[in-house]
Amino acid sequence: MTLYIFLTLAVISVITALLMVFTRNPVHSVIYLILTFFSIAGQYVLLNAQFLAVVHIIVYAGAIMVLFLFVLMLLNLNADTEPQKSNGWKLSAAIAAGLLLVTLVGALRGSIQVNIPETADGSVGLVENLGKALFTDFVVPFEIAGILFLAAMVGAVLVGKRDLKV
Amino acid sequence: MTALLLITLALLTEKIILILVLFGLTLGVAAYSTYGERKVAAFLQDRLGPNRAGPFGLLQPLVDGAKMFTKEDFMPNAAERWLYILAPGAFMFVALMTSAVIPWGTQLTLFGTPVDLQVADLNIGILYIMGFTSLGVYGIMVGGWASNNKYSLYGAIRASAQMVSYELAMGLAIIAVVMLTGTLSLKEMAAQQAGFNWNIWYQPLGFLIFFVCSLAECNRAPFDMAECETELIGGYHTEYSSMKLGFYLFAEYINMFISCAVISTLYFGGYNFPGIDPGWLGGLMGPIVLLAKTFFFIFVFMWIRWTIPRFRYDQLMRLGWKSLIPLAILNMVLTGAGVLLFSN
Repeated sequence: MTLYIFLTLAVISVITALLMVFTRNPVHSVIYLILTFFSIAGQYVLLNAQFLAVVHIIVYAGAIMVLFLFVLMLLNLNADTEPQKSNGWKLSAAIAAGLLLVTLVGALRGSIQVNIPETADGSVGLVENLGKALFTDFVVPFEIAGILFLAAMVGAVLVGKRDLKV
Repeated sequence: MTALLLITLALLTEKIILILVLFGLTLGVAAYSTYGERKVAAFLQDRLGPNRAGPFGLLQPLVDGAKMFTKEDFMPNAAERWLYILAPGAFMFVALMTSAVIPWGTQLTLFGTPVDLQVADLNIGILYIMGFTSLGVYGIMVGGWASNNKYSLYGAIRASAQMVSYELAMGLAIIAVVMLTGTLSLKEMAAQQAGFNWNIWYQPLGFLIFFVCSLAECNRAPFDMAECETELIGGYHTEYSSMKLGFYLFAEYINMFISCAVISTLYFGGYNFPGIDPGWLGGLMGPIVLLAKTFFFIFVFMWIRWTIPRFRYDQLMRLGWKSLIPLAILNMVLTGAGVLLFSN
């Protein structure tokens, strides 16, 4: 049963991700990407990581994609106004993306297999365990990530200010 | 194996019946909220309100529904066909989904088997509600964009900016409740507020912030910028007619019903009331108490709509970003200090 749900979600996420790339209309792209996020959230639920699933929905589908859609609507982009790149650009972009793929595959191939601790009840992804892990074992990276976000927010506000005197 | 299958089948039937009852209840309450709204408006403006269809106009929602269904279903030529059709449905779907995690009572005994009065006890219940609230904006945005009308687009953009802004303060108010109760599950939150130990006594500021944000998230006056008729004709649903428009208007009332139920559960004890055991009447007392509280808050929502004039858009943004968010952060810090001092 779980396997069938997994396969359905996987097929949906791959198809919607491809449609997101191939469709001409930017607003349709955003909607396909939202569907991709939903199917990935479904995978998290299958892994009993409900907290991760719901945070994934809140942050990506509920906040980031809303802002994407907002900007697309304000700029009024559509299929007709999409800039067409020349063939040289397309070729170099394809080569660069292919090189990135080769690098990623090479990096992942040589990596060490991490042993995930299997708990009997599969409660690794539940919010209590995740919170304990974040605030004890991984507290330094967690705090550093928080400071990084704060710096990014301050930077965005500074860039957004027009009459800035430095 | 067979025994296991039987248990799951029984559970499945139980849940499906519960979902159908809740679905019917939600639609019924939403339908009669439209009647209630017009009666409350009439009362506040010293009029009679609907009184022609049936005794006291009680059949008015049915007549309105029949009108919505039989009107011409017009679609603009330049509309984005599929998105235009899908958007009202998506809005309705999201509005209905949120009711799944609200605990309506402790347990109901039916034919000798105890039945939990909650569709799904997720251990992240309150985050589930936040998630679906944040998705509510898509129905408005996509519908407004797909209509291919500048007033619809303005309404859609206003709605999305407003919802994203007020979600922040709402989330911060919820964090304070979570710190106080130590759980994300709505079932446990309701159980902890037994008797008169309601969260409102510890979180008065948090309740105020959450309440104002709920008004904004439901697009209710004085925050109904998205359909401000003096500036935007009809806002995001200008180009919609017949039952597609009906879906938008109806989903707004469903949202109002659910957010009033969430307010009652988070701050006003859920199905608890001092002196009343939620287990009375075979467990039906809990739902009755929660519904009574919910109806009271629906009345307050309507009272506010017909009393306070609409905000200006810059006032709305200033209130959200410069008043509610700092207040919510202050509330969070105070709650944290309080929990640290008094929990031991």
